[in-house]
Amino acid sequence: MNIAILGGRVIDPAQNLDAVCSVFVQNGVIAGFGDPPSGFETDRTIEAHGLVVCPGLIDLRARLREPGLEHKGTIESEARAALAGGITRACCPPDTDPVIDTPVTAQWLIDRARQFGGAEILPIGALTRGLNGTHLADMHALRRAGCVGVGNAALPIKDTGVLRHALEYASGLGLLVFLTPEDPWLSGAGVVHEGRVSTRLGLAGIPESAETIEISRTLMLIEETGARAHFCGISTARGVALIAEAKRRGLAVSADTPVHQLYFTEDDVGIFDTNYRLRPPARTAADRDALREAVAEGVIDALCSDHLPHEVDAKERPFSDAEPGIAGLETLLPLTLRLAELSVLTLKDAVAAVTSRPATLLGLAAGTLATGRAADICIYDPEAEWTPTADSVRTRGCNSPFYGTPMRGQVVATIQGGRIAYERSKP
Amino acid sequence: MTSARPGNGHRLRHFLTTDDLSGRAMIEILDTAESFISVGEREIKKVPLLRGKTIVNLFFEASTRTRTTFEIAGKRLSADIININTSVSATQKGESLLDTVRNLEAMHTDLFVIRHPASGAADLVARSVPSHVHVVNAGDGRHAHPTQGLLDMFTIRRYKGDFRRLTVAIVGDVLHSRVARSQIHALTALGAKEVRVVAPRSLLPAAVETLGVTAYTDMAQGLKDADVIIMLRLQFERMSGALIPSAREYFDLYGLTRERLTLAHPDAIVMHPGPMNRGLEIASEVADGPQSVILPQVTNGIAVRMAILARLAGASALESKTP
Repeated sequence: MNIAILGGRVIDPAQNLDAVCSVFVQNGVIAGFGDPPSGFETDRTIEAHGLVVCPGLIDLRARLREPGLEHKGTIESEARAALAGGITRACCPPDTDPVIDTPVTAQWLIDRARQFGGAEILPIGALTRGLNGTHLADMHALRRAGCVGVGNAALPIKDTGVLRHALEYASGLGLLVFLTPEDPWLSGAGVVHEGRVSTRLGLAGIPESAETIEISRTLMLIEETGARAHFCGISTARGVALIAEAKRRGLAVSADTPVHQLYFTEDDVGIFDTNYRLRPPARTAADRDALREAVAEGVIDALCSDHLPHEVDAKERPFSDAEPGIAGLETLLPLTLRLAELSVLTLKDAVAAVTSRPATLLGLAAGTLATGRAADICIYDPEAEWTPTADSVRTRGCNSPFYGTPMRGQVVATIQGGRIAYERSKP
Repeated sequence: MTSARPGNGHRLRHFLTTDDLSGRAMIEILDTAESFISVGEREIKKVPLLRGKTIVNLFFEASTRTRTTFEIAGKRLSADIININTSVSATQKGESLLDTVRNLEAMHTDLFVIRHPASGAADLVARSVPSHVHVVNAGDGRHAHPTQGLLDMFTIRRYKGDFRRLTVAIVGDVLHSRVARSQIHALTALGAKEVRVVAPRSLLPAAVETLGVTAYTDMAQGLKDADVIIMLRLQFERMSGALIPSAREYFDLYGLTRERLTLAHPDAIVMHPGPMNRGLEIASEVADGPQSVILPQVTNGIAVRMAILARLAGASALESKTP
């Protein structure tokens, strides 16, 4: 299909481009800018005057819940919800059931999302078999099956010797290793940041050191093994400082944080509001501000949704029994754009944090509108105001503190591989 | 959500925490409780304030004192009381907490008294019940035990009078103690001169000073000139890991002995929310000594719980005529 996207503001950070011009899509790839390529016959025209045209978003962490927890979400529901959020590719952590520790499971995930015409799924393979933290998984086979990297999801590798071998082995294969910086001994039964709110509510706290100690331990091993490592979900100012220092020393590390982490503090838990039961927990205002600065400076490379959809019952429990996480696919874009409104980032850097930067760290030839690249495009209305609610969103997830909160910036259409994969219904 | 909690100047709908409860609101409850003391001393220990009301004592954790005094309080107010003792492990097999509550609510319960091992459980229930149903928190995890907090204030007021002159030392396992949190909020709201917590640092919450207390790790300094000493139970069942080396070392450092008691003000009173571990946090000679008000605490618990139940479920009757 030949698509002409006319007169939009094209923002493509990878090309340092921010200009009003038309974009042409042919045979699944970006065919040109400005004037149509010679012989271009338009099958479909999208009037984009007043709209922004940017690369399709790449989400570094989204749990689709299938296989294993289909009552919370399915690949069909969540991969489509991703498209409605402007996301064309989403990394899926390996803690599915069964775990993504065999090529068959990885392939099945990829195929199933394609079958439903959802966002492309980029599986993250298991670092250890069954995420057991003791035996290495078949990492080469997982990569061959389409995994963009390996990791142990949120499960710890307690044995430092095993972690070292895993990093050595992955390093030899040139595989990106996803790491969750949380020391299980220190986080223990914790459910909120250890501080004044944990003290007041009598909830077990997760100290800052749970993050900094795990980052430190891993950095020592990264230095020794030369592994390429990506830290998932940095939540503290001290964690940021450790990552910055490692980057200065020239280590091949990158980091992300869920976009909601830039908005919340420990106080948002209020009186046991389980919508704010998060992992990592929302921390202090100083931590939140340090995270914002780290994203602006590129110490934190990318923002993600950290999508974790739940059914209503999972949150209607006493706080410590409630399941953690936010259904975030459809609020990733507006929350990222709001950072530009708040002058935390330039608009171009905000877009980069969910497009070109995650593409770079994943080593993907994506996240850009460069001519010849796959036509993964997000077209959004920067002025459109809308309010997500549990009933109006596409995800099955009933859990978001942003439900009921007005958002600015709404996806109008998502193009994936040259096909119009999502279009906002006319109001 | 604030509507689920007692607010300043509002009529109480639920009683979930002493946090956010004004000193004035507490004084009103204490005054009401004073008026109920005499009911327990009469030959016919009953007033009809809650006649026709159904109270369910829903306890997901073991309790003797609290459950019994709530039961007696409800009965003296002429309410019908049902006791349900269940363990969380049993409910986890099937029914969720809210489902259990909804089922009991369908039996036209007017007021729930809830104890649960998870912090926030009573708040959760309070948010889910219809507007005519009341919830009293009888202890949720490490969060709050507000009726215990208030009965302790009642006891302190009876023996020591004006809170603004008092130095209160709360000694022991503050980390795991919902009682300590409720006492601290109450004491600060009532304007106590100084509230101290005394414990090894590993048994104090991370940011305990943000509650408005002074933290001491030295028992002698913590007790010095205190007017009120509240000993907390060492909660072995809630302890995980290496918080203290041994019971013997704990008693050596923090046990309240007769000798240590002399460091406090000579007229100091000694309190304990129970159940006591004699010889672990408190010596028997102190627990049974002349400065101990541990048993009066229990007696006062009935009047204070009557006051709270009456103010919630019988508020209209109470406004028109004082018993």
